[in-house]
Amino acid sequence: MSAPRPARRSLRVRLSGLLCALWILSAAASRDVALRSNDTTGNSTRGSREDVHQQNRHKTFPVLSFKYEHVRKPFEISIWILLALLMKLGFHIIPRLSSIVPESCLLIFVGLLIGGIIKAIGEEPSVLDSQLFFLYLLPPIILDAGYFLPIRPFTENLGTILVFAVVGTLWNAFFIGGTMYGVCRIEGAQLASVDLMSCLLFGSIISAVDPVAVLAVFEEIHINELLHILVFGESLLNDAVTVVLYHLFEEFSHADTVTVADALLGVVCFLVVALGGIMVGAIYGVLGAFTSRFTSHTRVIEPLFVFLYSYMAYLSAEVFHLSGIMSLIACGVIMRPYVEANVSHKSYTTIKYFLKMLSSVSETLIFIFLGVSTVAGPHAWNWTFVVFTIILCLVSRVLGVIGLTYVLNKFRIVKLTKKDQFIIAYGGLRGAIAFSLGYLLTDSRMKNMFVTAIITVIFFTVFVQGMTIRPLVDLLAVKKKKESKGSINEEIHTQFMDHLLTGIEDVCGHYGHHHWKDKLNRFNKAYVKRWLIAGERSTEPQLISFYNKMEMKQAMMLVESGSAAKLPALVSSVSMQNQGPGRRAIPSISKSREEEIRKILRANLQKTRQRLRSYNRHDLMMDRFEDNISEIRFRRQRVEMERRMSHYLTVPANRQETPPVRKVCFDSEHKVYTYDDDESLRGRTVQLHPRAPDAVALLREPSQRPDHRSRAEPRETEPDDQEEQDQMKLLRCFSDPGPDKEDEDGSFLSG
Amino acid sequence: MGASQARYQQEYHDLVDKSGFSLEQIKNLHYRFHQLSGNNETISKGNLDIIPALEDNPIKSQIIDAFFDKRNQRQNETGSCEEIGFEQFVMVMSHFRPPPSPMTDAEKEAVRSLKLRFLFNMHDTGSDGTITLEEYRKVVEELLSKSEHMEEEVTKDIADAAMLEVASTNVPHMGPDEFYEGITFEHFQQILKDLEIESRMHIRFLDVDTTTMHCGKFSS
Repeated sequence: MSAPRPARRSLRVRLSGLLCALWILSAAASRDVALRSNDTTGNSTRGSREDVHQQNRHKTFPVLSFKYEHVRKPFEISIWILLALLMKLGFHIIPRLSSIVPESCLLIFVGLLIGGIIKAIGEEPSVLDSQLFFLYLLPPIILDAGYFLPIRPFTENLGTILVFAVVGTLWNAFFIGGTMYGVCRIEGAQLASVDLMSCLLFGSIISAVDPVAVLAVFEEIHINELLHILVFGESLLNDAVTVVLYHLFEEFSHADTVTVADALLGVVCFLVVALGGIMVGAIYGVLGAFTSRFTSHTRVIEPLFVFLYSYMAYLSAEVFHLSGIMSLIACGVIMRPYVEANVSHKSYTTIKYFLKMLSSVSETLIFIFLGVSTVAGPHAWNWTFVVFTIILCLVSRVLGVIGLTYVLNKFRIVKLTKKDQFIIAYGGLRGAIAFSLGYLLTDSRMKNMFVTAIITVIFFTVFVQGMTIRPLVDLLAVKKKKESKGSINEEIHTQFMDHLLTGIEDVCGHYGHHHWKDKLNRFNKAYVKRWLIAGERSTEPQLISFYNKMEMKQAMMLVESGSAAKLPALVSSVSMQNQGPGRRAIPSISKSREEEIRKILRANLQKTRQRLRSYNRHDLMMDRFEDNISEIRFRRQRVEMERRMSHYLTVPANRQETPPVRKVCFDSEHKVYTYDDDESLRGRTVQLHPRAPDAVALLREPSQRPDHRSRAEPRETEPDDQEEQDQMKLLRCFSDPGPDKEDEDGSFLSG
Repeated sequence: MGASQARYQQEYHDLVDKSGFSLEQIKNLHYRFHQLSGNNETISKGNLDIIPALEDNPIKSQIIDAFFDKRNQRQNETGSCEEIGFEQFVMVMSHFRPPPSPMTDAEKEAVRSLKLRFLFNMHDTGSDGTITLEEYRKVVEELLSKSEHMEEEVTKDIADAAMLEVASTNVPHMGPDEFYEGITFEHFQQILKDLEIESRMHIRFLDVDTTTMHCGKFSS
C-alpha cells in the first residue's frame, strides 16, 4: 500500500506543476482577460495587410501557419474556464484540504496567485467586469438556487425571511452608513471629503448578504434546513432592497437636496422593484410552463426552454431596473412543478445537471476573478475606514439579528434559539455582488477607497467567517441536515396533516394559514394545472406523483445495483411457469396470460437488440443505459421467479390459510420486483411488493382461499387492457411521460 | 346572570388547567361552540357536518369522528360518543395547541407522543391498538377521495408500500413464518419521528375574537 502512495504524491506534484505552467502560459497569452475588447480589429487589419503584401511575392505554400488573433477571444475564455475547473479538481484531489478550507477561500487564493503572477510578468491583470458578472456569471447561480428552492420551508418561514431581508438590510445600510459618516468626521482620518450620501451609498452596498458566498459556504456545512433557508432566503430577497437603496443613494449623491418626497418615492420604488420583479418572473414562469406542455415531440430542446425563459426573465427585469434576482427566483419557482410534470425524465436530469454545472462554473470563476481583481485594482488604503467598516459590519449584523429575532419570536411558533441567532448572524457573508456594485460607482474619488474596503470585508467574511463556521457549527452542536429518504409514510402523513389542520381550522371557524394554503392548492388543481400540464398528469394527485417518483427511484437504484444472475433464454423462463399446474403451491396463471406475457417479453427483447445506436442529435434513441435497464429487469424477474418458486415449494400446503393481509399473484413482466437480498421471502404478507415504475400495479387482492389458481381466472379479462396501459405507462419513465397513447415504437424513437 | 357567569368562570379555570389554553382562548372557543351547537349544551355529528368549509376536505368524516372518539379525551376510555359537551370539545382542540417553547427534550417527547396518539387514533378505527392494512388502505383512499378518476389499484399500492416500509423499518428480519399484523403505536412513532410533529401539528388559536373579522393574525 505504501508503494502507490509516493507514486500518487509525485503525480500530484507533477500535476500542480503542470497547472502552474499552464497558468503562466495563459496569463502571458491573455492581455485582457475579462473580455474588454482591445485592438483585435487593429491586429486583424494589420494581418490582412501583411497577407496582401506577402501575396505579391511568391512564397512557398504555408503548410502550417499561426493565426491566433481570430480565435483569441473564445480561446481565452475557454482556457480561463478550463483552468479554473482544473483548479477546482485539484483541490479535491488533495486529501484534507477541502475539509478544512472552504472552496471559496481556496479559489480566491488561487485568484490572488494568478493576479500576482500576471503582475509579475508585467501584464495588467484584469478586474472583474461588472457587466460580465451581472449578466453572465450571476444568473446561473441564482437560477440554480431558485429552481431548487425547497418550497415548503421557504413559505413556512417567509415572514421571517422577509423581515430579515428588508428590515435587516435597511438597518444595516443606515447603521453602517450613518456611523461611517460619524467616523469620517473624526479629525485625524483624512476622510473629511466623504459626505453623508456617499457614506449611505457605501452602507447600502456593503450591507447586503451575498447569495453566492452564502451558498458557497453553507453548502459545505450541511446545516439544518431551517437555518439554511433563513440565511439563504434572506440573501436572495435582499436584492430588491439593495437595488433600490443603491440607485436611490446614487441619485441622491448627485443631487443637491433630498426631500421627504424623495424618501417616499424611495419606498414606492422598493415596492415596485420587488413586486415588479416577481411579476416579471411569474409571467415568464407561466410562459415556460405553458411551453413545456407542448414539447412532447421535441424532447431534446426541453431544457433550453427552462434556461432561456428564466434568463429572459432576468434580463427583462434588469431592463426596467427591477430586481433581476427576484424575477429569476419567481420564474424558477413557478415554472418548476409544471415543467417537471411535463418533461421527460431525461430532460429533468439534463436540467438539473446543467444548472448545477453552470452554477458551479460561475461560482468558481467569480471567486477566482475576485482574487485577480484584488491584485489588479487601484487601491486606496485607509486604515480607519477599513477597520471601522469591518467592525461596523459585524456589530450591525449582530445587533440586527438579535433585535429582529426578539420581535420575530413573538410571532413565530418555532422560536429561534440563541444558537440559531448566532449562526444567522455569523452567516451574513458579503461577496461578489458588493464588489461589483462598488466597482460600478462612477465617482472615482471615493471609489478606490470604497472598493478597497469592500474587498477587505469580503476577504474577512469569506476567509475568517467561512473557515471558522464549520468548526463552530460542530462546537455548538447545531442541528445538521437530516438525510430524508423519501418515505412514503411521511408523505402520506404530511398531506394528512395538511387536511387535518385545515379541517380543524374550519371547525374553529377562522381562516388561518392552512385555510389559505388549501384554497391555493385547490385553485392550482382546478385551474392552473389543467392549463400548464399536458395530458393526464394534470389531474394526478400529489401523493400519487410522489409515489410514482419513489417507485421510479427505487427501480433505478435496483437497476444500478443489478443482480448477478445471468439472463437465461426467455423462453425457458416462461416455460418454468408452465410447470405451474403440476406443482402444488405455485401461483399459477392462466394459459392465455402466459401466452401474452411470453409474447410481450419476446417482443421487448427483440426490440432491445434491434435498436439502432444513433448519434444523430435530432432523435436521441434510447441509449445503453436503458438497454441495460430492460436486460436487468428481465434478469431480476427471472431471479424473483426462481426464488418464489423455491419458496412456495418449500412451504407446506397447510400454511395457505394466512389471514388476508396480502398475497401475491404473478404480475405482468413490466414490474421490477424488489426484495431485500436476504434470502427468504419475509412472510407472505407485504413482501414481494412489485415496484412498478409508473405503472399501475396488477396486484390482485387475496381472498382467503389458498387456491391461487382459481383466483387468477376471474381477473383474466382485466390484465389485457391493463397491460396495454402498463406498457404505455412504463415507457413513460424511461423515455417520455407524454400523452397516453404513444406508439410503442414512437416512444423508443423520440428522445 | 351573575351566577352563571361565575359558573362559567369556574369551568373556564378548570379547563385552562386541564387543556393549557389561556382564558381568552377558552372564551373564544366557547363562543364558537355555541355557534356550532346552535346554543345548545352539546354538539352532535350533524352540527359539525354542516360546516360549509369542511365540504371540500377529503378526510372530513375522520376529522368529525375524531371529536367524538373517547380515546381522545385522555381518560383511557374507548368507543365513541353521540354528543360531546364543551369540555370534550376543548380537550380535542388541545391536541392542536402550539407547543410552548422552549421545550426540554422530555417535554418535546411528551407533546409529540400526545399528538401522534391523536393521529394514531384517527387511523385505528377498529380501536384495537394497531393499524391494520385495511385501515391504512382506507386512510389512503380517503386522502385521495377528492381527486378525479381514482384508480383503486394505486391506492392499494400506496398503502401496501407504506405498510412495507413500516414493516421493514421496524421489524427488519421477519422470518418466513411471520407476518406483519399491523402498525402498533411504537412503530407509528418510529416511522414518523423525523416529521417533528410537535412543531408542525398545531394551529393558531386566537386571543381575539376574529370570527367576525376574518383575519387570523395573533397567536397564543
